[in-house]
Amino acid sequence: MTRRSLLTIADLDRAEIARILRVGNRFAEVMERDIKKVPTLRGRTIINMFFEASTRTSTSFELAGKRLSADVVNVKGSGSSVEKGETLKDTVITLNSYLPDVLVIRHQSVGACQLAARHTGAAVINAGDGKHEHPTQTLLDLYTIEREVGPLDGLHIAFVGDVAHSRVARSGIRGFQMMGARVTLIAPPTLIPRDAEEALGVATSTDIRDVADADVVYVLRMQLERMGPGGFVPSLREYAATYGVNHGRLRPGQRVMHAGPINRGVEISGALADDPKTLIERQAANGMVVRMAVLYDLLAGPSPGAEPAEHPIGAVAV
Amino acid sequence: MGARLVQRPGPAASLVIRGARVLDPAAGIDEVRDLVIRDGVIGGDPEGLEAIDGTGMIAVPGFVDPHVHLRTPGREDLEDIATGSMSAAAGGFVTIVAMPNTSPVVDNAAVLGTLIDRAEREAAVRVGFYAAITVGQKGKELTEQVEMAELGAAGFSDDGHPVSDAGVMRRALQYQRITGLPLVLHEEDMTLSGRGVAHEGAVASRLGLAGIPPVSESIAVARDAVLAEYEGGFIHICHVSASETVDEIRRAKERGVRITGEVTPHHLTLTDAAIASLDPARHKMNPPLREESDRRSLIAALLDGTLDLVATDHAPHDADEKEVPFEEAPFGITGLETAFAVCNTHLVRTGEVPLELLVRRMGSDAAAALALPVPTLAEGAVADVALIDPEAVVVVGEGGFQSKSRNSAWLGEQLHGRVNLTIAGGQIAWRP
Repeated sequence: MTRRSLLTIADLDRAEIARILRVGNRFAEVMERDIKKVPTLRGRTIINMFFEASTRTSTSFELAGKRLSADVVNVKGSGSSVEKGETLKDTVITLNSYLPDVLVIRHQSVGACQLAARHTGAAVINAGDGKHEHPTQTLLDLYTIEREVGPLDGLHIAFVGDVAHSRVARSGIRGFQMMGARVTLIAPPTLIPRDAEEALGVATSTDIRDVADADVVYVLRMQLERMGPGGFVPSLREYAATYGVNHGRLRPGQRVMHAGPINRGVEISGALADDPKTLIERQAANGMVVRMAVLYDLLAGPSPGAEPAEHPIGAVAV
Repeated sequence: MGARLVQRPGPAASLVIRGARVLDPAAGIDEVRDLVIRDGVIGGDPEGLEAIDGTGMIAVPGFVDPHVHLRTPGREDLEDIATGSMSAAAGGFVTIVAMPNTSPVVDNAAVLGTLIDRAEREAAVRVGFYAAITVGQKGKELTEQVEMAELGAAGFSDDGHPVSDAGVMRRALQYQRITGLPLVLHEEDMTLSGRGVAHEGAVASRLGLAGIPPVSESIAVARDAVLAEYEGGFIHICHVSASETVDEIRRAKERGVRITGEVTPHHLTLTDAAIASLDPARHKMNPPLREESDRRSLIAALLDGTLDLVATDHAPHDADEKEVPFEEAPFGITGLETAFAVCNTHLVRTGEVPLELLVRRMGSDAAAALALPVPTLAEGAVADVALIDPEAVVVVGEGGFQSKSRNSAWLGEQLHGRVNLTIAGGQIAWRP
């Protein structure tokens, strides 16, 4: 049986996103209890495959699976047969032989999850593939905005910084738009993708002062590891001076997001990063319940091909 | 000095094709009649010859592909001269010319001589070989081009590793006055292509793929057209993909530069919309699939002669190389066995390109541009014939490929056009 996968945020429609966010709310309630574990996915197997460095996504996916009582196995690029030269295809085929229900994949290359999905019947969740997409990040961002700011409909969100290399932005733009928000990209011209307006349906600006118009300012990390030689900006010093987000560039009431890890003093000032009014810490915290909701939705939710959920989510009624 | 095209020895074909549409636009032939091939030559007495029913089919001069990769020496697991030339025969081709980006590179007479010897034993159709412009295709020192020209090189190319140094390209153009052989150029400014893996445009922006801008191609063409003009040289531009490049070639031709251009079936029929599935075996190639506006420019240029010919850039890769994430996969798709059917299905049958023009661009025009022997159905010519049922439906890859590789953009697709017979150099090369 081939399960539904989550390779890009466009694999979900507005109603499905709303459903996952609702389930996330119920799991958030569970997390306030003494016993934070539910039996919902008992007997299910989740394999987390992280070929690229990750703290938030890998930890929250692991905890999400465990709190749903699934058997969770973690495979890293380093320390696995990948170091002996095993290809992604062979790794997937090998892990698939253990009959997992879900493969969660983080990989440095665009197309890795599509390749994996061609070689497994398990549901594949894209936990970030190169510069392509990071759909569960977008779901937790939507969840965070809905809880902390309000409904997405009519909201104006500005992504600021390294859009070209950002899977967070690529999934986010699409997800925010699906839920009714308007998106602007503010970045140096060297870091705005070609034909962005047409390709992504956004407004673009190279002037940091345009953040003033946004309800939410989503700061993107300068992804130096993906830029290669030559560089896209003359220096991080000039970048910080021209595009760095700090208190002085914000007006009262604007909310600030960042998917982490942050480069303090580069795309965001240390003082702003430490300001409890930003949503940055909420994003990290919400990652786990939203990923619980995603796992629930793929394995026990009303997806075609999956058996109907007889006992919705243990103690939690949805 | 001219290209040495070689083929394994075999019996001369003698047969008569009955009632086909005999179509050789360059020779002014277009009529439904019998076509006699006797002792490997067009024409003669049909008496006593085996007859083949050609009703509903076209008999055309066999196709010429001046841009293929036979992966020999070095990667015979992907393709060799025997399988590559059979793949050509199965596609109706009678002459192909292989690129020198092999391992080792064809950059000296010893390697070239070995290849020619091998082709004389193995090739099902006429095969020629380009040699490298620079030693190791490294763009620094010119190869010993006179020696290789005397041995029979078909031209010189650093395909895939474009000569970035204008001074080196200029010297190659000066040296061309001795050999008289074409410089066959994959045009790309690598400083603009960078790490690009797809056309720089809306689709790549959505997918997060690093882009190869169209100007990386057109800038290189503009430079080399200026150099060719200054030196009075002759350049052939490989696999033109962008409308900007078409403009450069058109302008160069208008001012009298000796420049020719080719276009592939995939650039004529596909766009970057196809890469959304992120399947590199089908859709990752360099130059990349571009936009619909580029595709329209390429078709217009093929029609008006700005682009002289259709070539496949047949680039075999095995499944293992291609079954990796899109970004990591090598560039290239196969093309010999599907070239006519793809163009027939997606250009001729849609009314965009007349059949007569396609036959020219794949045959006589392709040969003439690269100074190769022109296949013709004229009386007394050596028989180079493809007999094709243009209506027959084929499912790509259904019966396997003659090529060792199956990285086709059209795998599993239904196309119109089956090659029923190929006679190359007077010998039957393909008769399924």
